[in-house]
Amino acid sequence: MDGLKERSSRAVARQPQRTITILSSLLAVEDELGYIPREAVAAVAEFNQATVNDVWAVVSFYPNFRTTPPCEQRIEVCWGPSCHLVGAMPVIAATLAAAGLEEEGDTPDGRLSVRYNTCLGACALAPVMSVNHHLIGRLSPEEAGRRVTQALGQSPE
Amino acid sequence: MFPTFEEIQAAATNRWAELTAGGRPWLRVGTALCGQAAGAEEAAAALEAALAKRGLDAVVSRVGCLGLCFAEPLVEVAMPGQARVFYGKVNPELAEEIVASHIVGGVPVAAAALGCIYPEGDDSGGIGLPDLNRHPMRIKEQRIALRNAGQIDPLDIYQYVANGGYAALQRALTAMTPEEVREEVTASGLRGRGGAAFATGVKWKFLADNGAADKYILCNCEEGDPGAFNDKGILESDPHTVLEGMILAGYATGANYGYIFIRHGHDGPIERAKTAVAQAYELGLLGADILGSGFQFDLEVALTGDSYVAGEETALMEAIEGKRSMPRYRPPFPAQVGVFGKPTNINNVKTLAYVPEIIAKGGEWFAGIGHERSTGTVILCLSGALNYTGMVELPMGLNLQEVLYEIAGGPPAGRKLKFIQTGGPLGGVLGIAAADLLLDFEVFRNAGAILGSGGIIAAGDDACVVDLTRVLIAFCQYESCGKCFPCRMGMSHLLEALERIGRLEGGPEDLELMRSVGLNMQAGSLCGHGQLGFSPVASALRYFPEEFAAHIEEKRCPTGRCGEPHFAPRLSRR
Repeated sequence: MDGLKERSSRAVARQPQRTITILSSLLAVEDELGYIPREAVAAVAEFNQATVNDVWAVVSFYPNFRTTPPCEQRIEVCWGPSCHLVGAMPVIAATLAAAGLEEEGDTPDGRLSVRYNTCLGACALAPVMSVNHHLIGRLSPEEAGRRVTQALGQSPE
Repeated sequence: MFPTFEEIQAAATNRWAELTAGGRPWLRVGTALCGQAAGAEEAAAALEAALAKRGLDAVVSRVGCLGLCFAEPLVEVAMPGQARVFYGKVNPELAEEIVASHIVGGVPVAAAALGCIYPEGDDSGGIGLPDLNRHPMRIKEQRIALRNAGQIDPLDIYQYVANGGYAALQRALTAMTPEEVREEVTASGLRGRGGAAFATGVKWKFLADNGAADKYILCNCEEGDPGAFNDKGILESDPHTVLEGMILAGYATGANYGYIFIRHGHDGPIERAKTAVAQAYELGLLGADILGSGFQFDLEVALTGDSYVAGEETALMEAIEGKRSMPRYRPPFPAQVGVFGKPTNINNVKTLAYVPEIIAKGGEWFAGIGHERSTGTVILCLSGALNYTGMVELPMGLNLQEVLYEIAGGPPAGRKLKFIQTGGPLGGVLGIAAADLLLDFEVFRNAGAILGSGGIIAAGDDACVVDLTRVLIAFCQYESCGKCFPCRMGMSHLLEALERIGRLEGGPEDLELMRSVGLNMQAGSLCGHGQLGFSPVASALRYFPEEFAAHIEEKRCPTGRCGEPHFAPRLSRR
């Protein structure tokens, strides 16, 4: 794809805060592109006067960074203890089934990614999932499956 | 130039009077993470649409968390001169009805109302709704850190000031020396609310005694503990109390720079913290020469990627420096060599949120609340098999049984409580019979549990203790940063043993293996993650030996949860 290096460099350069680091630069790229392409690693290294190895060390440490383009729809399901105790496992099973997946990952057509999350922060409303960063609580397996079908039915922007 | 504090207060008072006594209805919608997960945005939009359709002039504010998360989305309606009415589980249809009946017709929708709060001095009993402050979840509450949560718009600094905000800072900067500020904090007996319960005044003195020119104050809102949401809850409900606490900490220790540290992706807390920082700069409450005092303090919001260990204080410093969040060796301690090699003090969000009220009302006042060496209040996050889940601020010293069965309303109908899990995944599993404890750091520690950051997850009698312990260790294994061997390998061994036991394939040797590995982790790990990693297993074994025995010797799970087919998400860091 064209322009990844330029888009990455722009995202890195326009960080407003005073403290700019490899991690903050990578998060800025993730916000811009939804993933960290090779070109971004080079751009982040250059901007932070670091080596490509320094940058990869950080990319590979934090599991929120993807290195492949993101899917159109992104679902996260919580498996933390609060959610687990009130039915996260059937919710996860229903989510995976509706997405046609065996475990967390991307659907083969690249439409939807399902990730497990350790805590989405709304434990009082467990079990919880998020669809494109929008939190949904008090889930039943049926509702979780319905949300997946709904997300898959949405046309790309 | 910047306004004086008197000018800021005057503007705040006027704005608050306009909101509360200005003749327009004021609607407040809870939009913290709990509200969002329940559909608060849909409720707020429906309220706005219903008001617009009728051409009604009313104020709709998006506030934080009132604590009654079980009833989210929560909407408060304050009609001029009347009691404030609180509605629970407001969906778009109910929102329409509230506007039609309560705002247009002046008649509250009684069936959907949780309760109301009468204006001060009004005990007429007025509109026939129960007093919200008599709700089981609120009746024992004593709100200090949460004093504004759910009451004010977190994006409006003037609402914070109108409720006493920044007055403690102004007084400290003009009438108190840094030593005097520290003395109040020491006298309050305040102890760190991030889990370790270390004396805050002592910690501040370590930094104050360091004469270096550049020193840092860090506010830890990483909060990766599943079942804990009070740090995020405070930051998204009342960010300015955290800012004020940080500036006071800076003044008291001679530090001039601060970071609020949050996990990327928690957009609500991040945006509200960033807005609060920008507003404080605009009014001269941050930056050079704060309120004309000559004291300088700069503050920014720093983000981390997904990493539980990033909440460990030295790992947090690594993340702020932009590296992999792996803990450092200590010594040197942060007060000598911290972030960017400079002396640093780290406090939890809750700890800092208490500081403005401690300075405003005095350390002795705070020390007068609570139980023995656990002064003040504790902010609990109640989740799991309870009727009233949410966030409550209670004086230390209350009995946990009372919290579970009265304040949280006990288990759902038809269930009994079996155990609770406290202090995050590295805390303990506590049998319900043993949960006859006072809310007190030492009492919890002696029972093999951690009061820690206040997360309390309740399990009903349908839960299997082996199953939950496996989930806790799966979390700890997934989140081990991998720097030190005892934790990296130890967690994997614990998890494998628990998986075998969960599949009803474990033997007595698995218990031996876990004990031996656990001791090594405790002795040899670099940070608390590995040192405490065996605690959930140890406490589960202590309170439920017979349940482990059933899995191992009789090859049966008493709750029927374990065994094949056994679905558990397989986790990997990629």
